[in-house]
Order: sequence, then structure tokens, then C-alpha cells
Amino acid sequence: MTVVQKKTDNPIAHLTADDVELLGKELDEIRQEVMDSRGESDARYIRRVIDVHRKIELGSRAVLLASGFPPAWVLGTIGLSVAKILENMEIGHNILHGQWDWMRDPKIHSTTWDWDMASPVEQWKHSHNELHHTYTNVIGKDNDLGYGIMRVDEDQPWTPMYLGQPLWSFINACFFEYGIAAYDLELGAVLAKKQTSDPEFRKRARAVLVKIGKQARKDYLVHPLLSGPNFFATLAANFTANIVRNLWSNSVILCGHFPEGVETFEKKSIEGETRGEWYLRQMLGSANISGSKAMHVLTGNLSHQIEHHLFPDLPSNRYAEIAPKIRDLFDRYGLNYHTAPLPRQVGSAWHKIIRLSLPNGWLQNTTARNLPSQLAKLWKMTTGEPKVRRRLIREQAALAAA
Amino acid sequence: MEGMTATVPRPSPARPALRALRDRVLRVAELVTTPVLPADYLDMFHPLRAGTDLRGRIEAVLPETPDAATIVIRPGADWQPHRPGQYVRIGIDVDGVRMWRAYSITSDLGRTDGCFTVTVKAIPDGRVSNHLVRRARPGTLVRLDQATGEFCLPEQRPAKALFVTAGSGITPVMGILRNHPELTDVVLVHSAPTADDVVFGAELRQMAAAGRIRLVEQHTDTAGMLDAAAIAALVPDLAERATWACGPVGMLEALEEHWAAAGMADRLYTERFRPTVLVTGEGGTVTFTENGTSLEADGATPILDAAEEAGVLMPSGCRMGICYGCVLPLREGAVRDLRTGEVTTAVPGDGVLVQTCISAAAGACHIDH
Repeated sequence: MTVVQKKTDNPIAHLTADDVELLGKELDEIRQEVMDSRGESDARYIRRVIDVHRKIELGSRAVLLASGFPPAWVLGTIGLSVAKILENMEIGHNILHGQWDWMRDPKIHSTTWDWDMASPVEQWKHSHNELHHTYTNVIGKDNDLGYGIMRVDEDQPWTPMYLGQPLWSFINACFFEYGIAAYDLELGAVLAKKQTSDPEFRKRARAVLVKIGKQARKDYLVHPLLSGPNFFATLAANFTANIVRNLWSNSVILCGHFPEGVETFEKKSIEGETRGEWYLRQMLGSANISGSKAMHVLTGNLSHQIEHHLFPDLPSNRYAEIAPKIRDLFDRYGLNYHTAPLPRQVGSAWHKIIRLSLPNGWLQNTTARNLPSQLAKLWKMTTGEPKVRRRLIREQAALAAA
Repeated sequence: MEGMTATVPRPSPARPALRALRDRVLRVAELVTTPVLPADYLDMFHPLRAGTDLRGRIEAVLPETPDAATIVIRPGADWQPHRPGQYVRIGIDVDGVRMWRAYSITSDLGRTDGCFTVTVKAIPDGRVSNHLVRRARPGTLVRLDQATGEFCLPEQRPAKALFVTAGSGITPVMGILRNHPELTDVVLVHSAPTADDVVFGAELRQMAAAGRIRLVEQHTDTAGMLDAAAIAALVPDLAERATWACGPVGMLEALEEHWAAAGMADRLYTERFRPTVLVTGEGGTVTFTENGTSLEADGATPILDAAEEAGVLMPSGCRMGICYGCVLPLREGAVRDLRTGEVTTAVPGDGVLVQTCISAAAGACHIDH
């Protein structure tokens, strides 16, 4: 992958400025149609999802009181995992986007909602709604690209440190909610600039700790205590449900912007960007997941990532309805509507994580037969003299390009 | 009837010790329900219980005239009995959108089923009134405020009373007549387009036949509107009567003028249907209620930009209407969505959240900030 502007086969080269503006107009119309038809059935939908979530959560936590009994543990843990997934994805993420603000229900509103996550909602709304959704896939602006800890582009110089990328990506996936909280705090940048004593940062850090404290107290203390003799089994169930939820949401989010073929953009390319160009960037910078209705609900309809990125504030239950229209638009404007089943998108995203953890071209040049020699080369690239390393890296890249 | 009086929550009827215990238990329960509240779970099973947001359940919708209906509502446990003549604010979801309106309570305080009623007349283009009259179904949950309003009889009942009403202006008066049989000398002058349009027509005529009230019906489709002078002619002992009037703003203003001219302004009590009609124009004065800033904004500039230019520190985000980082409650007035031209209005008591980055003033507006 490389930023779209540097590609030799630029996928938007065939579009004129007028085309792009026309595209924007068509998208505005699709958005308006949904806005005009929002109503009672949509309101019923989100209330039903919230109701179902609460009943599953309540039921699962009740079952887990008997978590010492293995079938209860299994059932309760599955239930709690599903509840936590629903709560984060279809409910929390979408309410916090303001998708349901039009209902004017103070109980289901982006400014009053709170969720079962380590991230305080205000911090998340800033880093997600404002930064990620505005600067989607712009290298250096959209920190969701690798969350500041990954090599996400061939143009980023490779260093041996990146060999650990698959491992820490996996650890990040397991503890995703804490990763997100640290990321919303811009912890990396603050540490690098040694600004941890900044009162504004301290205030935000305190908010995160309070939030984590509440969630942890619930999952790892109060609920286990209520289970009496099953304390440890219930604790383990909560821990498992949190890991499952974290792995799931991490996978969904990887699928949204990270599979092979999703485009990235240069910082300067968005200067003076028009509404049409903004739409186009969202179209090329997102990927969908195809699958069943249940899968769509469990991903918070982020399986319709393209539709979501075009219209982040439309009710999530309507994305499926506009998807065929959006796909038709892609076809008519000669653009690639990126969609695939979940395993393929997850596989593709992890393939990319692994590929970019290695020097440019290394994975491409490696076959079962030349594996020993390639590994030897990689060893030299990692431990060799700087001059040797630079030469080998250049060679690999050239070999792959040829 | 719409009223401007703020609702002051009255103490809950539950005994204080019991309430304190309940609150403590809920606080402990919050440890395991966080981030939602224990109340959110309890409400799923018992939305009308004590100690939660005040709600009501619609039990029946009884047609009164072709375009009016009485709504029977079972209120939550914390409901306080109203005083006849008062109104209640009801929040109901119309096409999925929570909308609040105030309606006069019409029921007899002596009802034994624990319900109260409001009587609603569908007004042209009235989203809530048409919904309540034509589409509301028993079982629907609504939000409620406690009853409020000052359109009530004084402790010292007047010996002689006059009620002047028009259209649905009869509703608070019906609430008074049903609950104050001790009023013996009552004249009711009521205007409606036709005899069939008189809300509570049969009951009023029965009261008149029984000699409880003197009823003057003015059917305006055939007989035209009554002016203040005509009312004075119809009720010769006007000066001896305490008068309560409820109806359209024009009628009330005419009556107020007449009573003031006759030096009896203190004998007239009025209740208005609606606050001043909103005129949505190009731009207007934006007032930020908390920091006190007022500024003139044109109809093409987002409120966010106009406010920042005036030195107001505003919450802001993407500035393109997607991130909702800039939303603030519109308490009163109107704003126009610059993207669609759609106008959002709020009446006093509302708090419609609007995105200031894509909304321009469409008339005077008050924003909480």
C-alpha cells in the first residue's frame, strides 16, 4: 500500500472535478432520503436493541452467579460477551455518533450516553468522531491508522523494532479498550514530549482512571463477590467476556480501514478539500464486511463501514438499505467497492500487519524454498552494520518491484 | 393550554426514611450496573414506579368531537394530584421524536381509578395534537411533568363567575366545572365553529338543563365571532363576576383591553393557548443564556462562527455537521440547518440539541451555553 497520490495506477485518475462534485450531490440526495424518512420504526429498533442488550446482560450476570457449575460458566460467559459486544458496537458507538440524537430522547443521546469501555465518552468522541471521521486515512492526521504504534505504510521506513508488530498488535487487540483509552489520551505523544505534568492531561488521565476503576470494580470485584464461593469463576468469566469483546471490536475496526486495497491519503491532499472530495476519500478509505444480519448487528453495522463513513450520523439500521445504492454509485463512477466476508477481511488486515512488520518486499520475495536464505538475510537486516542493513533493505524492495 | 410557569418538583409522597433507604440501595446497585443506572433496569419492568422519571401510560383515547379526544392517562406513582384548571406537560414520541406539549387536565379529582384525563383538539399542522387525537394507542408510555398553572379558582370562591372560552379553551374550564359543584352562579360563554364542534357539548348542555350553569353557545360559522362588547351585552351583571377566559390570543387581548378600560382588570384571569407565534426569518438575535452574550447573526452564518466572532468560547468539532462536538440545547426560538434549509424550533421549556456548526439563526433564539 502507498498513499493514493503516489500510486502508478491511481484509482481516481479517471474522475474529473465535475464528476466528483456530481458524486457528492448524489450522495447528499441519498443521505437526505434517509433523513426525511427517519421515524417510529427506527426509534423502535434502537430501543429494542437496548432492551435486548439489557436483558442479555442481566440474564448472563444472573447465570454467572452459579459460575462454579461449568455449563453456567459457559452460558453466562457467552451471554456476557454478546451483551458487551452489542453494548459497545450497535449501541454505544452509534449513539455516541449522534445517530439517534434526532429522537430528542435524553436517555438515548450522544451528549448523555455512557458506555462499558475504558474510554470516557468525551475523549472518545473527540478522537473518533472529530479526528478519525474528519481525517479518515490521511497519513499523519488519522491516528486510527495503526494507532501510532504500527507501521501502516511502505513509505514509513522499516526498522527492526517493527518485527514485533504482529505480537503487540495482538496484545493491543486483547486489551483493545485500554489501548483505545491510552490512544484517546494521546498517551504516546504526551510521554514522548514529557508533558505528563500538564494539568489538562492530568485531568483527562484522571477521568480515564475513574472510568477504568468503575468498569473493573464491576467486572472484577462486585460481580465476583456477589457470586460468593464462585468468586474466581465469575472473575474469569468477566475477564473472558472483555477479551472476547476486545478481540471482536478490534477485528471489526481492522476490517474497516486496514485490509489490503483500502487507500490512504497524503496530508497535503486534503487542503481545500471539497465536500465531493471528502466523500470520495471516505469511499476509497473504507472496506465492508459481507455476511448475515446477525453479523451486521454484532459489528454495530460497521460491516457497512463505507456507508457509515459517508454518513456517520445516519441511524445504523438504515445502512443496509442504502448499501445497494452506494454500490451502484461505485460502479457507475468506476470505483472499487471493497467488500468481503469477515474471515477474509480479518486475514487480509493481519497479512498486511505482518507484511509491514517486515522490510519492504521481504514477504513477497519469500517462498518455502528460499525461506532459510531469506531468514538469514532478515537476520542481517536486523543485526548487521547500518550500511549492510540499508543495502539489503534496498535490494529486497527492488527485487519485489521487479 | 400552554403555560409559561416553570414546574417546581414537589416532594415525593414516599416516606423520607424509606426513600433514603431506597436511594442508598440504588447507589450500591450502581456498582454493578455502571455505566447505566439501576433505575434504567428497573424502568424496563416497572416504568410507573415511585422514584423514577415521571411517566404515564395512555389507558384510553375517547373521541369527543370529530377532531378532539380525551386521553385517559395512568400517571406514575410520584404523580401529585392537580388543582382544577391546571395543565400538565406531556412528552410523547411522534414519528420517533420526543415532543413536549402542555394540555389542561379535564378530569374529576374524585376518579377512583388513579387516572387523569386531558382533552386534546387536533389543530391544523399540529403534529402532537393530531397524533394524540388520531393515532395514539392505549398502552403508549409518555413522559410527564407534575401539573402546574395558576388558572385556578381562589380559596375564597367567587359568588358569581363568568367563563369566556373558545375552541379547546373550554378544557381548563371543564376541569374547573367538574370539580367545583359549589359554584352556583356560573355563566359560560363558549365559541366554536358549529354545535358539533363544541367539546363536551352534551355534558355542558346537560349542566345548563340542570340549572348548574347558564350556557351561551356562539356558533361562529353561522353567527360570527363575539367581541367583548357583545359579551358585556349578553352578561349584564358582568361587573359583579370574576371572569376566567381561555382561547386564542386575539380574543384574550380584546377581553383584557375591555376589562382594563372598564377598570376591572383585576377581575379577569386569562390562560393562553400558546406562547408568541414564532416568526422564522433570515437570521436573528442569538442569546446565550448562561454567559449572557447576545449577538445579531445573519441567516447564512453558522451560529458557531457568529458566536466565536463575538468572542464566545464555543464547543466545536469537525465544523461540517458530522461529529456532534458542537451541539448545544436550543431553549427557545428557531434555527435553520444550512445544509437542508430545515428549520428546527423550540418553545420555552424545550432543550432541542442543535449542531451550531451547521445551524444559522432563523429568528431570535436562546441557546444554553
